[in-house]
Amino acid sequence: MTDPALLDAVMLSRIQFAANISFHILFPTISMGLAWLMVFFKVRYHLTGDAAWLRVYQFWLKIFALTFAVGVVTGITMSFQFGTNWPGYMNTVGNIAGPLLAYEVMTAFFLEATFLGIMLFGRGRVSETVHTLACFLVAFGTSMSAFWILALNSWMQTPAGFEMIDGKAHVTSWMAVIFNPSMPYRLAHMLLASGLTAAFLVAGISAYRWLRGDQTDEVRKALRTGVFLAAALIPAQIMLGDAHGLNTLAHQPAKVAAIEGVWTREASVPLLLFALPNAQEKRNDYAIGVPYGASLILTHSLHGELPGLDEFPQGHAPVAPVFWSFRVMVGMGMLMLAVAWGFAFLLWRRGNNLPRWPLRGLVAMTFSGWVATLAGWYVTEIGRQPWLVTNVLLTKDAIGAVPAATIFGSLTMYVLMYAFLLVAYVSVVFYLAQKAPHSIDHDALGGH
Amino acid sequence: MLPWIPDAYLPLIFAGLMGFTLLLYGLLDGLDLGVGVLLRRATIDDKHMMIASIGPFWDANETWLVLGVGLLLVAFPVAHGIILGALYVPVLVLLLGLILRGVAFDFRVKARANHQPLWNFAFYFGSLMACLSQGYMLGHFLTNFANSWMAYGFAAFIGLCFIAGYALLGACWLILKTEGLLRQRAVHWARGALWLTAAGIAAISLATPLVSARMAERWFSLPNLYYLLPVPVITTALVLMLDRVLASLIGNDNERYSWVPFAGVVTLFCIASGGLAYSLFPYIIIDQMTIAEAAADPEALRVVLMGVMVVLPVILLYTAYSYRVFWGKAQPLLYR
Repeated sequence: MTDPALLDAVMLSRIQFAANISFHILFPTISMGLAWLMVFFKVRYHLTGDAAWLRVYQFWLKIFALTFAVGVVTGITMSFQFGTNWPGYMNTVGNIAGPLLAYEVMTAFFLEATFLGIMLFGRGRVSETVHTLACFLVAFGTSMSAFWILALNSWMQTPAGFEMIDGKAHVTSWMAVIFNPSMPYRLAHMLLASGLTAAFLVAGISAYRWLRGDQTDEVRKALRTGVFLAAALIPAQIMLGDAHGLNTLAHQPAKVAAIEGVWTREASVPLLLFALPNAQEKRNDYAIGVPYGASLILTHSLHGELPGLDEFPQGHAPVAPVFWSFRVMVGMGMLMLAVAWGFAFLLWRRGNNLPRWPLRGLVAMTFSGWVATLAGWYVTEIGRQPWLVTNVLLTKDAIGAVPAATIFGSLTMYVLMYAFLLVAYVSVVFYLAQKAPHSIDHDALGGH
Repeated sequence: MLPWIPDAYLPLIFAGLMGFTLLLYGLLDGLDLGVGVLLRRATIDDKHMMIASIGPFWDANETWLVLGVGLLLVAFPVAHGIILGALYVPVLVLLLGLILRGVAFDFRVKARANHQPLWNFAFYFGSLMACLSQGYMLGHFLTNFANSWMAYGFAAFIGLCFIAGYALLGACWLILKTEGLLRQRAVHWARGALWLTAAGIAAISLATPLVSARMAERWFSLPNLYYLLPVPVITTALVLMLDRVLASLIGNDNERYSWVPFAGVVTLFCIASGGLAYSLFPYIIIDQMTIAEAAADPEALRVVLMGVMVVLPVILLYTAYSYRVFWGKAQPLLYR
């Protein structure tokens, strides 16, 4: 920590943006996937007429409402951050970011927020069909929101469909802007991440209720839904992640070099399982790797060449955080695969006679989706540095005039608030699971 | 896109859209911020009913703020940076307040019983922070971000007046949506908030011509003065009318005129906002930057305008539908 500029306004603004978006993304990640599960629960109830499905829906409605609310209010922060901390962003790429953000608000936010009221409190006031339609529109709205925001985020990673005139981006093709090279991969990767996060949440909380002695049909149905959904999604996610990696190698080689810890161009690159990237000496200490692994995965050849970090004249991302975030994400993905498939096998073989320790494992994995999602986002966002928009705008050139001390103050306030809310959220979710069997209705008086 | 709209009209159209959105935000979220501020004075049962009256709507109401600030960001990016940069601290207070009250809304009914008073307080306090900071932001903006104790004092006073104004709106909403004792309390709350609200409108009306000679000119030169005279006259008449109507509702459970106070306050706020818009026009930062100077490139504005023209009517339709579904006196909210 000898660099005096380490905590200047740029770094503090980056940390503040990272803190805000990291905390925010936890909740949409759950609510996107959970919204579709809510539709599934509701439709299952209609098709089977089995009241247990309705109780599953009713239990998860409370957690959905809570999650959605935290997502909405922490999302408002984001629309202010651009102006307060990063005015250079809109000044340079406003012609692209502006319309994409506007379309997100118009086609997604209002849809989900308005029909949420009917979804939560409208049952009995509107027909069942209209109510199920409202659930569908909420789910559709959350996914639309992901579509627009990932279009913009992917454009910042792999910009296309524009030309620069006097230092400002002008659109030449909206199709090329929206469906830029990394967008389909990133959108699918995020939607699957959301599905996995919701699946492990549902499985984990259901396992928790099961362990507490609530082995009703309702809990069994939710548990099976969560486990089988997770088991189905995780292989797709791993394959998609691989495709996303190849796409990144093609379009953002500097990021891949940081992920794999390749300091100078080399062939036959090992897949590092452990290493301490050493930025001073530009090498990896204590490296343990699988020979030829990285070359094989990324070039599909044992002797394939990977670009080195020293090839990028404008600089590259800090290696250690990207390198480690990537390993946390992949490690968590492998753990998810083992747990989901192991438990699915158990459900298949043992039915409802479930031993306790695998259930405890599921409880431990309740919020595993959060860990993997955040780690994945750190790979992609830190990996984009030093660019805010790859090869178009440097992060440091977008900063505003707010003094560092003020940003330090606001950052502290946000972090305190978020730490408090995170504890409150997790404890209330488990508290709802504890008291679930005793009360279906009477506790919902008042808000949502 | 939209070739029949000349480029020169685009900043005006977007300024109008942004004004409309922010006014709608003020009215819609204003009523549930007001209910939040009043919550501290209510009994436990009243608290449930008060929150039930806004429960299905608040998420969507807050979305108008995202759209309003979004339009500022998209259509006037330079002004967005200057204004929000200058208002950094009150923006922080606003956001923390909105987060606190938004989550408290949900946590208060789901947390352990002994934590509920804490969440009720968070809901009240977050609402208070949001009202205060919004008023402070307007006050500070109107003094052109002046760096003097007078200016800060003015901004703080407008902050207090915003608390009163939103409380008035919230109380009138409760008169419309509740019954019995709670409705009677709401009448008293509304009467209490009315005069500070009126003082706020008066303070803004008097301060703007003092800050800017151009604004004084717009109002007081002849013949403008004759055309504009009805604005202060109607405003004063509305305040007096509200006072009388509220007085007549004391101890009176007759529902026939329940809608009058709410409609009156909404009209009052529309007129006040219209007057303010007239004063500011064509500037987005007083006497320094016009909407035309601050506007984004026409190409981006056209793309957004396309979307607005298709989507906004749909949003207004389903918003109206949602209010219709929950029409009438508020019922206890149940997840079903």
